[in-house]
Amino acid sequence: MNLAYFVAPLAVSGISAALAALISITDRIVNNYGEVTIDVNSGSKKLEVNGGANLLVTLAESGIFVPSACGGRGSCGECKVKVNSDVGPHLPTEIPYLDKDQIQNNVRLSCQVKLKTDIGIEIPEYLFKIKQYTGTVERIRDVTHDIKEVYFKLDDGQTVDFRAGQYGQIEVPPYDKVKDRTQRAYSMSSVPSDTNHVEFLVRLVPGGIVTTYVHDRLKEGEKMKVIAPFGEFYVRETDATMICVAGGSGMAPFKSIFYDFIEKDKMKDRDIWYFFGARTKKDLFYLDELEKMQNEHERFHFVAALSEPQPEDEWEGETGLITEVLGRYLKEEISQEKPKEGYLCGSPGMLDACMAVMREHGMTEDKIYFDKFA
Amino acid sequence: MAPAIHPISLFFASIFTSNILLANFLGMCSFIAISKDSKSSNGLGLAVVVVLTITTALNWVVLNYVLVPLDLVYLRFIVFIIVIASVVQMLEMIIDRVSQTLYLSLGIFLPLITVNCAILGVSLFMEIRQYSFIQSAIYGFGSGLGWWLAIMALSAIRKKTEKSKVHAGLQGAGLTFITIGFMAMAFIGFAGLLQVQ
Repeated sequence: MNLAYFVAPLAVSGISAALAALISITDRIVNNYGEVTIDVNSGSKKLEVNGGANLLVTLAESGIFVPSACGGRGSCGECKVKVNSDVGPHLPTEIPYLDKDQIQNNVRLSCQVKLKTDIGIEIPEYLFKIKQYTGTVERIRDVTHDIKEVYFKLDDGQTVDFRAGQYGQIEVPPYDKVKDRTQRAYSMSSVPSDTNHVEFLVRLVPGGIVTTYVHDRLKEGEKMKVIAPFGEFYVRETDATMICVAGGSGMAPFKSIFYDFIEKDKMKDRDIWYFFGARTKKDLFYLDELEKMQNEHERFHFVAALSEPQPEDEWEGETGLITEVLGRYLKEEISQEKPKEGYLCGSPGMLDACMAVMREHGMTEDKIYFDKFA
Repeated sequence: MAPAIHPISLFFASIFTSNILLANFLGMCSFIAISKDSKSSNGLGLAVVVVLTITTALNWVVLNYVLVPLDLVYLRFIVFIIVIASVVQMLEMIIDRVSQTLYLSLGIFLPLITVNCAILGVSLFMEIRQYSFIQSAIYGFGSGLGWWLAIMALSAIRKKTEKSKVHAGLQGAGLTFITIGFMAMAFIGFAGLLQVQ
């Protein structure tokens, strides 16, 4: 055997190994910033962490989940955090995502800020409540031909603290051709008082990574990661008439909101109109529950509308697009005098169309609430 | 055998008469792309000086103490690139730690330099011309300065031509190429004074 064959590969790998060792030694020495303190919201929380990594990752390791869609690559601009101490000028990678005021106030992308010294930051209080949970599927069932109701029990007796209407992210492990873990946002349909469970309604989207997984693979007893709660979609504490519009799995936040109202005995306090749009009768669900709710609570009104009722549906309710039905009710059935608030959940197209109808009938945009994710 | 050129002559030759950009036309991509903005040109030029000086010297050591004894000189391309990439990686970490100002002016350019052909070119010339260690280090440093000088000169000229009336078909890259051509001629005008071999 001629040893000369091995000289070249050995030499190249030897050189590479030596350089790699040098790099990691440099990393150890140079990137070791020791322990630094993160002062969150001027003293409301103090975190002792190891420096060297970026702020987004370090906060996540300490259990504070700043929203980030790109996972820290600096391409989504979601992870903005106001920094009160000096961490150097803005990087060229941050500038495109910040407006003038934000730059003035030293708002930074937390994924681009490297922790070198003690730092003071300001983040919205609700971020403290966001946690990562592991849930076990306790029950999974079809509510329509393409919507599944998934009921998770949170492991280790953990509890979640959320407002009815907020959403959570469920994380699906890699499967088939999907190489990465994938997160998608779904509104929680369980009531907040059920603190050690969360429920989601997941509609099958053809080709959707998470929806396909939930529909084809997820079984009772399986575990899944859930990060919650997120979002600004919850009922404002006024006595304005609530105009709620949903389609498909957009039912989820309203299920949570209405049952929460019933539990807290708030159904008698304000008028609620709930419009639910579907194509045919097989797309409708929870009808019995909602009709029962309507019978028991005088000020709660439920209107289901089918856009393409089939002859075999024997449908006697409203027909037409949900926007047409909504327009008709706003004009004829719902009191014109009382102030109104809009609550929307559904596809982006439906949201835009409903907003237009609501504006047409004198509702202002700052009183129309929704979470846009689809 | 190392050529008999005096290190000081080599230093000036590598800046002017055999400017790596304008005589050898290496490192053109970033030269043309970055010279639009003089501040960035300055940052990139500075980064090239630092990286060239260090990598040329380091590659000389690797070449003469590892590749030549093992008769593996044909692997120089791969090995030089690995050395350059690692040095850039380490430099980035060190500069980040030592000076925030320098990091901000070099920061995003350092990784770009790994694939700059001027860097590899200088290491290969160093090998072809069989320079001694001192000569290599000086040649690397001089070439870096030459590159810096050239990109600053071009960005200054472009600042002027930006405001001048230029035929539509020649605006932007077209005029830049012509400018570079003239600059190359001007620099080669020094060639009679000094020759690098």
